Amino acid sequence: MGRDNRKNRKNRWLGLLAIVIALAVWQFIAVVIIRYPFILPAPTDVFAAFVSLVQQGTILLDIEASLIHFAVGLGMALLIGIPIGILMGWDRRFDDFFDPLIELLRPIPPLAWIPFAIIWFGLTASAAGFIIFVGAVFPIIINTYSGFRGVPRVFVEAAKMLGCTKSRDLIRYIAFPAALPSVAAGIRIATGVGWMCLVAAELFGVSNYGLGQKLWFFYSLHQMDSVVVYMIILGLIGLVFDMIFRYYIDRHFLKWRIGEVA
Amino acid sequence: MGKLEIRNLNQSFRKDDGSDLVVLDQISLDVEDKEFVCILGSSGCGKTTLLRLIAGLDEAQSGSIVLDGEEIRGTSSKVGMVFQEYSLFPWRTVIDNIAFGLQMQGVPLDERIRVAEHYLKLVNLTQFRNSYPAELSGGMRQRVAVARALALDPVLLLMDEPFGALDAQTRNMLQKELLEIWEKTKKTIVFITHSVDEAVYLADRIIVLSPRPGRICQIFPADLKRPRDRTSVEFAQVRRQVLDLIGQHCSIQ
Repeated sequence: MGRDNRKNRKNRWLGLLAIVIALAVWQFIAVVIIRYPFILPAPTDVFAAFVSLVQQGTILLDIEASLIHFAVGLGMALLIGIPIGILMGWDRRFDDFFDPLIELLRPIPPLAWIPFAIIWFGLTASAAGFIIFVGAVFPIIINTYSGFRGVPRVFVEAAKMLGCTKSRDLIRYIAFPAALPSVAAGIRIATGVGWMCLVAAELFGVSNYGLGQKLWFFYSLHQMDSVVVYMIILGLIGLVFDMIFRYYIDRHFLKWRIGEVA
Repeated sequence: MGKLEIRNLNQSFRKDDGSDLVVLDQISLDVEDKEFVCILGSSGCGKTTLLRLIAGLDEAQSGSIVLDGEEIRGTSSKVGMVFQEYSLFPWRTVIDNIAFGLQMQGVPLDERIRVAEHYLKLVNLTQFRNSYPAELSGGMRQRVAVARALALDPVLLLMDEPFGALDAQTRNMLQKELLEIWEKTKKTIVFITHSVDEAVYLADRIIVLSPRPGRICQIFPADLKRPRDRTSVEFAQVRRQVLDLIGQHCSIQ
């Protein structure tokens, strides 16, 4: 562990250096070469825009609105995707039943659902949530499914020998914990895909606030420095989601895997 | 009690070309209460199939398996099993693995932890109580598997080459420990192995299976006195007898 920590710290300094260099190069290109903030606002312009946006005080409202859209979409994807994935992974008949349908729907890009999202849900948070749901539900179904399919037979048989014989108990005590790493990976992918759908989902004006909504709004005003501010916020929140998975979920719920992977 | 009576057991599997592959052919065998029986045979002779039938994990085509007067249909808490591959639940700590069967029976938490700790002590792993299986060596994992199977206090313990994947030294140590546990708990044990040495060291009786189709070829009483010394002359003699017998009659390749 001690050695790992030292290695991590060294990598972090190098990574930080790369960010500093990228900022410097960006500033140089913007100020010396392009000299036109509409094409490429400099980091200093972006920072100034950030300060004035904070003073206007709507950034938090935007974050809140976007998180609500995201939570609606991801929540529905979990509620629907996990049970379907479990049924398909556990019982061949459900697999045969759902598989063709899912394989037909899955390749449709989530954004292609936007017209129907508006018709079905109107210009509401649910419409944006629906687009995120479409993006998030398939990775969850597929990873849950393959997690349950991949439960080693010996675990199920060992459990049967120990008196765990009902399907419900086998799913709860054996298959679900055994499949959890795969389910968690699916949710992680779904979080990434769902977040990417967010900007487009807010594009068609489902709300007055929202990170994606504001990004389009400032583009229409040609305030490109503010556009960059919202791009960075979107990126940072996506990063936070990923960190939650990497440092919280993996360490607390999947700590039994430590030492197994290496 | 743990008296096992196997009568005219047949099992075959349908092959891809439609013909039947006979795996077990008319197996009849009695195992006495508290007896330690080793089933010896080369790979593919059907010994695992036989054990799975006794465990109730599979159903035989014909014949019967009776334990203490009751026909075996499906798994039961009277029969415990230690698998060949590592079968501990990796998401549960050692103590929770051992307590799993009791949890399934609805035993309250403090009671099942108390019982599990007793069996943890029996396999000498008290200091690994809260470890995860991934943190244990192969030998330790199989000891926990033995404790987990014993925690439900079965009358019959089935072991499917449980030490097959271990190095020779660990293997010898675990054999010795298993005999001590057997002395203490007095279970009936049916132990599968392909190692003559292991069978002679452990068993009261050695059942030699011949391959394709699996038939009982010889039943060989190993009445060496215990504790056995695997370097002694008597041990070597019994070993040679078993090997000769296999070579002459049971055509193990």
